[in-house]
Amino acid sequence: MAKKGYGLLIDYEYCTGCYSCEVACKNELKLPHGKWGIKLLEERPWKINDEKWEWNYIPVPTALCNLCEDRVAEGKQPACVLHCLGQAMEYGPVEELAKKMAEKGTKVAMFVP
Amino acid sequence: MEKEWKKQNPDGSYTVRTCGWSPPGDHPVGCGMKLTIKDGRLIKVEGDPEHPITQGRLCIRCLTLPEYVHHPQRIIYPMKRVGKRGEDKWQRISWDEAMDTIVEKINYYKENHGSESIIVFGGTGREACLYYYPLGFASIGTPNVCYPQSGWSCYGPRCAITDYILGAGYPEIDFAGHFPDRYEHSEWKVPEYIMLWGKEPLKSNPDGFFGHSIIDMMKRGSKIIMVDPRINWLCTRAEHVLQLRPGSDTALAMGLLHVIINEELYDKEFVENWCYGFEEFKERVQEYPPEKVAEITWVPKEKIIEVARVFAKAKPASLGWGLAVDQNPNGVHLGHALLALVALTGNIDVPGGITIGPPAALMGKWRMETRTNLPEELWEKRIGAKQWPAVSTALATTHPDETLDTLETGKPYKLRMGWFNSSNFISPTNSAQPDRWYRALQSLEFCVVQDLFMTPTAMAFADIFLPLPTFAEHDGVVLTHYGRNAIFAGAMNKALEVGECKSDIEVCIELGKRLYPEIWPWNSAAEFFSDQLKPELGFDFDELREKGLYQPGYTYKKYENGLLRFDGEPGFNTVTGKVELYSTLFEAWGDDPLPYHEEPPYSPYSTPDLAKEYPLVLTTGARYYTSFHSEHRQVPTLRAITPDPLVEINPDTAEELGIKEGDWVIIENMFGKARFKAQVTPTINPKVVHAAHGWWFPEKDAEEPNLFGVWESNINTLMPHKHIGKLGFGDTFKSIICRVRKAED
Ligand code: SF4
Ligand code: SF4
Ligand code: SF4
Repeated sequence: MAKKGYGLLIDYEYCTGCYSCEVACKNELKLPHGKWGIKLLEERPWKINDEKWEWNYIPVPTALCNLCEDRVAEGKQPACVLHCLGQAMEYGPVEELAKKMAEKGTKVAMFVP
Repeated sequence: MEKEWKKQNPDGSYTVRTCGWSPPGDHPVGCGMKLTIKDGRLIKVEGDPEHPITQGRLCIRCLTLPEYVHHPQRIIYPMKRVGKRGEDKWQRISWDEAMDTIVEKINYYKENHGSESIIVFGGTGREACLYYYPLGFASIGTPNVCYPQSGWSCYGPRCAITDYILGAGYPEIDFAGHFPDRYEHSEWKVPEYIMLWGKEPLKSNPDGFFGHSIIDMMKRGSKIIMVDPRINWLCTRAEHVLQLRPGSDTALAMGLLHVIINEELYDKEFVENWCYGFEEFKERVQEYPPEKVAEITWVPKEKIIEVARVFAKAKPASLGWGLAVDQNPNGVHLGHALLALVALTGNIDVPGGITIGPPAALMGKWRMETRTNLPEELWEKRIGAKQWPAVSTALATTHPDETLDTLETGKPYKLRMGWFNSSNFISPTNSAQPDRWYRALQSLEFCVVQDLFMTPTAMAFADIFLPLPTFAEHDGVVLTHYGRNAIFAGAMNKALEVGECKSDIEVCIELGKRLYPEIWPWNSAAEFFSDQLKPELGFDFDELREKGLYQPGYTYKKYENGLLRFDGEPGFNTVTGKVELYSTLFEAWGDDPLPYHEEPPYSPYSTPDLAKEYPLVLTTGARYYTSFHSEHRQVPTLRAITPDPLVEINPDTAEELGIKEGDWVIIENMFGKARFKAQVTPTINPKVVHAAHGWWFPEKDAEEPNLFGVWESNINTLMPHKHIGKLGFGDTFKSIICRVRKAED
């Protein structure tokens, strides 16, 4: 069971859409093809105005995510967090992550799977 | 890092620390990871948080390494062909039999037709890049080593331009990679702006630059300027984007320089002391006022002026130049202009600017020496070397386009034996007109292929197939930037053995021992690497394993202290001793000494009549996280993410052509055609399409004429042969014309 009161922070300003979270998680949970512990979603690119674009990736943990309870118990980072190329994920207690979200201010989300 | 690099685990498995390179994967990035082996199988790949560059991060090509290593289609024993060429009929043989056959053939061709009748082909990026030259020169004894991309258009041109203009090793964005304390290093500065020109490093991890370092620096305050014909994801996080017409790059660079010089935003001290030919250069940029450049490049005039100003005023600013510099017949002039841009803004060899390597490559001495195995008269026979001095002075290969001509005509002599090392180039990876190469290569009487899978190229030509190990299966040293501006040297440690594979250097040694035993004294890869490391760095391979990796550090402003020249004088290692804004060598070789814009050979402006029939500009080769060139198409997890070859097409253009998202379409032009799936996206200009490279289909019929469907989505069939620049570099991969229509089926 995922540790209660803990979550994953996603800084989607810097999520580069690399899929490392998805694949690292699949390896960790030993999931077959077609099942995910976290799934990368894409908000496909569109133009806000002449200069600016919106294009976001955001990985969404599924019901299979147990917040890497075994790894965390061993003092390691969750597999998705460790391998994340954008270093755009963080694991921690919800209150702490909420504080970090407020500090960052933009393009940040939290999941409590 | 802790000393212990191999650990026994309680469950009977063991874990080996290593730095990744290839095969499979990419350029020498050397990401840190731990490989866990149980019962002879790689069961786990985990990023190493202690690695100073990657800090645990890994891309999905390494995260899926077990699928690659234990893939049922992998060839893990030496094979000999028992059917006709193109038939999928093979027989497993021993290494001894393979080597005996090869040595007998080599000796036969040498005696009857001369050593030059043998040619070695090499691919790009893989570890083989360091060893296919010694394989040719010192193990086989031929002067003909070939990288078969038209105009040598990958990395080589940028290295050559840097040699001639800066007299230094490869220029790289300073991301504090040389220092163990990284971004905390006291001398290092955060670049205020980083300009990425025809380069998307997040996906490509070019030459040893860990691409997501860009994100590290953005988090520390760097702003990004993207120069790219496509809006990629990084463009949406950039401060400025110059979305230029493919192939118009040199005009744009000169336009930026026009603003910087005329508004006197350049570093006067640096220009005065360290640049040659400023007055002539200043005169030349007058031909590129922003309004004219805007017309040529489709980039608004105001944007050109604004970006020129912010880049020049930023202290420091950095620039990463990409493959778009190489894959352009006008690319030498682009590279020249971009080096002038960083020089004039005072960003060369300064903290947070551009780092440059010393004139001699790290661990490069041995590679240079292997060439002395060839007598002068034999070296003189290197194909295309005399005709193309700007290519052959910097690169120890044949000229690629001349090589195809030689294969087709038998002139100046007939090539008879081929050796393909990690190069699957009838797939749309690097050759222009791969169908023409395919026909021409039929004339080779005997071929050896070194690879990991039966590729279309191997199926078509191999008489003997020698299996390569992945980086998890052999000892080696990862040298970022191939040693030309090494951020670090990393230990690649063998974690397991699969079948009977031998690495590039092991094959060099084994073959070398039979043909030239005096120059191949080593008995193992580890022994070889110790001999390379010890004299230069003072430690052997076992010590490198214990260190994990070695960062050499970095000295800024080497030109002030005589560290860039072999003679120890201050300045740059060029003819004039300065950064050559006016190139004495280009002039000597018959080209313009100053940069100029030239239209691509086929464009709406250079061939307006043809463009009526082929109204779209085609650019190719953007990277995906799921593959490295033609690799990885058989890895299930990766293929599920990118199942099909995609062409990006603007919604307006798609509507006009009756094409919907996911439709199969035909892209065609005067030279060839290819089948792609439409990805309808506003990120591409309505007059431009982008098609992916590297596609073949390992799941399809292996035999001739199908060859794993290699001709179906082969975008390089649309690229003409020998449309190269005046100095012999460049091709049309980034800019040609085409039309697109819906496929019938
Ligand atoms: S925390 Fe663990 S289980 Fe949850 S998504 Fe990340 S890797 Fe998967
Ligand atoms: S690993 Fe990180 S950067 Fe990559 S897709 Fe997942 S969240 Fe985004
Ligand atoms: S860049 Fe990717 S493929 Fe290359 S070594 Fe690093 S993780 Fe592996």
